[in-house]
Amino acid sequence: MAAKKFPVEAGHILLFARSIGDENPAYTDEDGAKKTEAGGIIAPPTFVQSSAQFDPDYFLRPKVGQPWFGSGKNPTGVVRTGGGGGGGGGGLHAEQHYEYHRPLRAGDVLTATTLPGKTWEKEGRRSGKLVFSESVTEYRDEKGELVVTARGVGVRTERPVEQK
Amino acid sequence: MALKASKLTVGDVHTARLVDDLSRTQIVQYAGASGDYNPLHTDEVFTTQVAGYPSVFAHGMLTMGMTGKMLTDYVGDTRLTKYGVRFTSQVWPGDALDSKATVTAVTERDGKVFVSLDVATTNQNGVEVLSGYAEARVDP
Repeated sequence: MAAKKFPVEAGHILLFARSIGDENPAYTDEDGAKKTEAGGIIAPPTFVQSSAQFDPDYFLRPKVGQPWFGSGKNPTGVVRTGGGGGGGGGGLHAEQHYEYHRPLRAGDVLTATTLPGKTWEKEGRRSGKLVFSESVTEYRDEKGELVVTARGVGVRTERPVEQK
Repeated sequence: MALKASKLTVGDVHTARLVDDLSRTQIVQYAGASGDYNPLHTDEVFTTQVAGYPSVFAHGMLTMGMTGKMLTDYVGDTRLTKYGVRFTSQVWPGDALDSKATVTAVTERDGKVFVSLDVATTNQNGVEVLSGYAEARVDP
């Protein structure tokens, strides 16, 4: 995830909080939030994932004028050749880790900078060869101070994960 | 709201039901809010006919987000310092999820006190779907 400008907005936090089933007033109610320890609207712990909305190149968002690999007239709008493996959507999310340096608040404007990390392979029981790749994203505020450090691990599988 | 170190013991457990019957609509809500529009989560036609899965399934980050509610309800707002997970099994529409935090340590660092937690979320069949850890600042 890379974003030059990720404005953390109360409305976006409200929608995000509803989607995870968390109507904590610290996320959803400006007046209620003032009475909490947060003292105002803050973002839930996994909110920075939605910086995807502000990453111009994020590949899991349909873009105007470009083919999309989800269904329309046909089950997929993009014929893929070779590789990629099961899952079809560019792999699965294997791990996610966050370090919080201070609370993330409505009104913050962040930058997100992602650095690639290690890659490694493993033979999986339920999905063939697994290729893992790690990335580290630093979310900084307008003063350049670190707010959240995120480390994600994605995995590409050889075939769809067999169900137990 | 915040936890007190003096009242915490290693082995203490906090549990919460996260969802009773996960709906495809909630998964769509999460896609819209997070911006992750991967069709594997919202497009049954693509997921069954192209990707080869029995149905759409939840974003791992939706499970992490719902599990995060269990954590922040327990440790209080603004208290988390670390939270990390592995996604160990997929979560499907119709799943019921339960989550558990277990106190593994209470430690002092730079004059502040922190609780370390083991985190696990399981489905209605007892299969673990998420496994992780968290750390939060607590009152003395």
